[in-house]
Amino acid sequence: MSVMTESAAAGLHAVGRAEVEDLLFHEAELLDRWDLDEWLDLYTEDASYVVPANDLPGGESGRDMVLIDDNRVRMVARVTRLKSRKAHREYPHSNTSHQVSNVRLAPVADGELPVKAEFTVWRFRNGREDCYVGHYRMRLVLSSGQLRIRSKRCVLAMSTLRSAGDVAIIL
Amino acid sequence: MSLLDDHVVTGTGLVDEDTGRGRFRVHRCAMTAPEVLNRELAEIFNRCWLYVGHTSEVTEPGDYVRRSVGGRPVFMVRARKSGQVKVFHNTCPHRGAVVCRADTGNTKIFQCFYHAWTFDTEGRLTGMPGRDAYEGGADFAELSLREVARVEEYRGFVFACYDPEAVDLVTYLGQAREYLDLVVDAMGEPEIVAGSNQYSINANWKLLVENSIDGYHGPSTHDTYIKYIVSQGTDIRSGAGGGNAGYDLGNGHGVIEYGAPWGRPIAKWDPLFGENARPGMEQTAQDLARRFGESRGHAMTHTNRNLLIFPNLVINDIMAVTVRTLMPTAAGHVEVNAWQLAPRDEAEDVRAQRLDSFLTFLGPGGFATPDDLEALESCQQGFASGGVEWSDISRGMGRDRAKHDDEEQIRAFWRQWQAVVEGSAR
Ligand code: FES
Ligand SMILES: [Fe+2]
Repeated sequence: MSVMTESAAAGLHAVGRAEVEDLLFHEAELLDRWDLDEWLDLYTEDASYVVPANDLPGGESGRDMVLIDDNRVRMVARVTRLKSRKAHREYPHSNTSHQVSNVRLAPVADGELPVKAEFTVWRFRNGREDCYVGHYRMRLVLSSGQLRIRSKRCVLAMSTLRSAGDVAIIL
Repeated sequence: MSLLDDHVVTGTGLVDEDTGRGRFRVHRCAMTAPEVLNRELAEIFNRCWLYVGHTSEVTEPGDYVRRSVGGRPVFMVRARKSGQVKVFHNTCPHRGAVVCRADTGNTKIFQCFYHAWTFDTEGRLTGMPGRDAYEGGADFAELSLREVARVEEYRGFVFACYDPEAVDLVTYLGQAREYLDLVVDAMGEPEIVAGSNQYSINANWKLLVENSIDGYHGPSTHDTYIKYIVSQGTDIRSGAGGGNAGYDLGNGHGVIEYGAPWGRPIAKWDPLFGENARPGMEQTAQDLARRFGESRGHAMTHTNRNLLIFPNLVINDIMAVTVRTLMPTAAGHVEVNAWQLAPRDEAEDVRAQRLDSFLTFLGPGGFATPDDLEALESCQQGFASGGVEWSDISRGMGRDRAKHDDEEQIRAFWRQWQAVVEGSAR
C-alpha cells in the first residue's frame, strides 16, 4: 500500500456519519435539481452504479439480469442521454424527490468506507406518480481529500417494477 | 350513434382493411373500451395458446415456478415421478386458497396452508388432516390439483391453453415455428437467465404488441440509444442490405427481419464484445453456416428478428433475446413480464456483453425501453382527445413485399385479432 493511500485510509477512519449524510443529502439535491454534471463529480473515475432486478436483489452483472449496470463511461452516457431532448421518457424532466435516511457506516475495509442507507425516490410527471423504495449500498473513498462515491448499488424493496414502470431517472 | 356504441359490444367492424385504396385502419375504441377488453378476455385469453415458461426453468424433479398466465395464477412444475412438466391452476380444490405461494423453488409436496391438504408434484392429493370426517371417504382423485386444460411444449417453450378444444400447439404456431427454430438452433441449448423484468405501462396491451414488432420507430424514438452505441464504436451501417422484410405468418403471428445494425452475441462481432471474443464468434458463424447452410446460418447470426406469437408472446432476437409476455388488466393498462434467453454454454465475455446489451436496450432501466413506454402512454393519452376515430396502419400496403419498417406484420396481428374477437375464427 502506498503512502498516499495509507493516509487516505487513515483519513477515512475519521469520517463520521454527519459527513456521510452531508454527501448523500447533497447527491439527492443535485439529482432533484437535475444538476447531473455536478452529480458525476461526486463519483470516482472507477465508479459503478448498479440496480439489480427486483426479483434478484443479489444479482451480479455478467451472470444475471440486472436493471442498471453502469461504469463511469455509461454514467456519463446516461447523463448525456438525460440532458438531451430525445430522452422522451424524461423530456421534459420529472419532478423528483430523493429522500435518504437510516444512514449507517460500517468499519473501513480495503481503503473504502461501506455505507448503507434507505431511500425513497418520488417521481412526478405527466399525471404519473411513481415511488421507488429500497436501500443504497455504497462504498466511499477519499480522493484528493474529498469524500467520493466509488460504488452505489440500489437494491429495490418493491417486488416488481409494476408501480413505477421504468427506471429512466437516476435513483 | 357512434361506431363505438354499435360495435364494441359485438367486437365487429373495429378493423377496416381496404386493399383497393391501400388503407388499413383500426378503430381506437379497440384500445379504450372496457367492453372490448371483456371480449378479449373471453375470446383471446381464454382460448389461445399462451406462453407459460421455459423448460430450462424447471430442470430438476420438483422444480417449480409460479406464473400469471392470461391473468390467472398458475404454476409450472417438473413432476418427480413422471418427469413431465405440468401446469396447474393455482387454487386449492378444497376451498380455494392459492397452493403455490413462492415465485420459484424446489419441493417434494405442495401443502395448502389453510387446512393443510397435501399434494405431490404430479398434483395428486396425498393427505389431509381428519380424513375420517368425510362420509364414505374423500374422493382423492377428484380433489387433486387441477391441470390447465391443455399444456404443450415446443422446443423448450411451454404453452398452456384454457380451451380443451383448441388445435394442437404445433398447428397453432404454424409458420412462426421456423422463426423459433432459428433462435433455438443458433443457441443449441438455450436457457432462461436468472432475473426478470416485471413492469407495466398505462396503455392498451395491443399498443405494445404493435411496438414490439415495429421497425419504423427506431430512429426517432431511440435516438439516444443509437447515439450511445455509435459512441461505443458500433457501425450501424453494418446491417444495411440485410434482406429487410415484414411478414404475416398466419394465425395472427408476425415477424420482421432485418440486418442487425449492431453486434449480435451469437456470432456478429462488434467492438463492444472486445477483441478476445472475436475469433470464437467468427468460428461460431462458420460452424452454423456449415451445419445449417449458408443462408440459414447467416439468418441466425447476422439477422435480427422481432417475432410476435399471437396473441401476447414477443420473442425479439436482436442484440440479445427477450421472451416477453403482455397481459391487460384494464383497457388502458398492461402488465409486462420479460425474461432473457441465452445459450447455456456461452463464452463468459460474450455472455457478459449479451447481458449488457439486453439491459441497455431492452431493460426498463436502459436507454430505449423507457422511451417506448413514453410513446405508448402518449398514444393512449392521445386517444382520449377524440376527434380522430381511427389509427392508420397502412404503411407499405402497396408493396409486393413489405419491408421491416412497414406495418404488414402489425396488420397480421390485427387481422387475426378481429377474427378472434368477433368470433369468426372459430
Ligand atoms: S383451502 Fe386448501 S386445504 Fe382448505
Ligand atoms: Fe422501441
